[in-house]
Amino acid sequence: MKHNIDSKGYYGKFGGAYIPEMLYPNVEELRQNYLKIMAEPSFKKEFDQLLKDYVGRPSPLYFAKRLSEKYNTKVYLKREDLNHTGAHKVNNTIGQILMAQRLGKTRIIAETGAGQHGVATATVCALMGMECIVYMGEIDIARQAPNVARMKMLGAEVRPALSGSRTLKDATNEAIRDWINNPIDTHYIIGSVVGPHPYPDMVARFQAIVSEEIKWQLLEKEGTEKPDYVVACVGGGSNAAGAFYHYLEDTDVKLIAVEAAGKGIHSGESAATSVLGREGIIHGSKTLLMQTKDGQITEPYSISAGLDYPGVGPMHAHLYTSGRAEFISITDDDAMIAGLELSKLEGIIPAIETSHSLAIFDKKTFKKEDVVVINLSGRGDKDLQNYIDYFKL
Amino acid sequence: MNRIQSKLQEDKKLLSIYFTAGYPNLNDTVSIIQNLEKSGVDMIEIGLPFSDPLADGPTIQASSTQALKNGMTTEVLFNQLKDIRQTVSIPLIIMGYFNPMLQYGVDAFCKKCQAIGIDGLIIPDLPVDVYNDQYKATFEKYGLINVFLITPQTSEERIQFIDSISNGFIYMVSSASVTGSSSGFGDEQTNYFKRIADMNLDNPQIVGFGISDNKSFTQATQYAKGAIIGSAFIKHLTSNGSDSITGFVDNILN
Repeated sequence: MKHNIDSKGYYGKFGGAYIPEMLYPNVEELRQNYLKIMAEPSFKKEFDQLLKDYVGRPSPLYFAKRLSEKYNTKVYLKREDLNHTGAHKVNNTIGQILMAQRLGKTRIIAETGAGQHGVATATVCALMGMECIVYMGEIDIARQAPNVARMKMLGAEVRPALSGSRTLKDATNEAIRDWINNPIDTHYIIGSVVGPHPYPDMVARFQAIVSEEIKWQLLEKEGTEKPDYVVACVGGGSNAAGAFYHYLEDTDVKLIAVEAAGKGIHSGESAATSVLGREGIIHGSKTLLMQTKDGQITEPYSISAGLDYPGVGPMHAHLYTSGRAEFISITDDDAMIAGLELSKLEGIIPAIETSHSLAIFDKKTFKKEDVVVINLSGRGDKDLQNYIDYFKL
Repeated sequence: MNRIQSKLQEDKKLLSIYFTAGYPNLNDTVSIIQNLEKSGVDMIEIGLPFSDPLADGPTIQASSTQALKNGMTTEVLFNQLKDIRQTVSIPLIIMGYFNPMLQYGVDAFCKKCQAIGIDGLIIPDLPVDVYNDQYKATFEKYGLINVFLITPQTSEERIQFIDSISNGFIYMVSSASVTGSSSGFGDEQTNYFKRIADMNLDNPQIVGFGISDNKSFTQATQYAKGAIIGSAFIKHLTSNGSDSITGFVDNILN
């Protein structure tokens, strides 16, 4: 397991659990139990059943004919956008709500940036009848009103994060503080492959269903489980972790992680962590993160709220430094154009996060016979206003 | 003997005060330390501000944000403190998060602390096992005492382990909370203080979180060696600036 997690909770030198003692009992309880619980037949059965009947899995692996013709290669889209709630996020929240129940927790907290993970968490809490509190930066609450309304309809309480820059990283800080204040009855559903061990591994395992399905779906269509490339966008990196998971140790399959360059990598308004970040600690994990020389965490920028995070999960930090994955960054403009292109060529309006992955064809040339699987991580409904404003539609 | 260890041997209950370096004004650090010592404080925790202080509540976070805006950095703090031992003799501890220390270089950071006359460090997000495996030797090389936290949820076995690798005091977090959450203690806390006292640990305990006045200081130190005040002092600085520190300390001690 060269590219996956080791027994101490590290991917190479990245990962670990750099947490205050106040969090130790909660995180340790989870660490000791998560693999055991995930291996229980009753857990597996319930998880699989919900993914099938509630989420609508398996999500199709769709051969994008017109996109393939345009770029002279074979492009498949893994349709996570067709999941209930519109993105891959729900795979993880289903898994974690079942985990929380088995740990005897009665109260759920989560952080959210654009609101996708918040909605996915509020959804599973409604499903299970559990109390749900979602922390969201005050600024994000103002700019993501439809998702705030969704969470409220689903019965969740949305609490504004008023500290720091009042965006995703501060919402995460507030959720962690809530967990410190409520160590007994509360489970924290982290939305990405970030945070202290075991979160990056647990979330990656819940998202691994994506590559598990790609393998058999591709076998049916192409006679092989192995694509030449798997492409996914990376903010914290949960959809990429899911799409890469079962290919991590198979170096015949090339992995491409797409980051948000924002207004340009060196514009001062970017979220391209692999280029701009250095090793450090954020939200309990040693990873690559954007920071000042002095070790203060800086505010990233991307047009896509889901990629607007100053770090990457430790798995991705390791994939980057080891060279296992190629990292490409895409600007706001290129992403928006690629999103519009997919809409017109294939009749699929992608989330702006996902549009970043679709923009790689201008950065990288594939061979005609290459099989390129792009994880279509989310749908664009939530971004309609952004598309309207950008293209003056 | 390290100043912290000497101070812990004094036959009295100790008052330790936390403040954020660079708050309210960038260059208040030295005068706040001097005034605290003159006011009769036993020990000082100098907070190195961090952008994302997970264990702190709104009061300390806001002071950290302001201190960073004022221009506080690790290097600036070290420069402000370079002559501090010419005027101040009580134990000084730097409290901060691990990332700024990691970026400075752990060895370089500790070396600088020794040169200045810092006696110990409190780094809430440096886990016990990581410290023990990777950094203990460095801290010891520079004569620095590392202070660990325990909470009401910390298991007895883990407390024993923490005691075994501590060589100063144990920072006893009064309740499951971030800093500045509540004030005053009920039976639950008192029982917890007593339970820890009854363990007869090698290292004395100093209580932090939730202490703001004479009453809570007296309650906290009934079983423990001392108590730490942070958020309440920051609030005092916010309202009164660094002028009337003596009055604040008098109200705690009397």
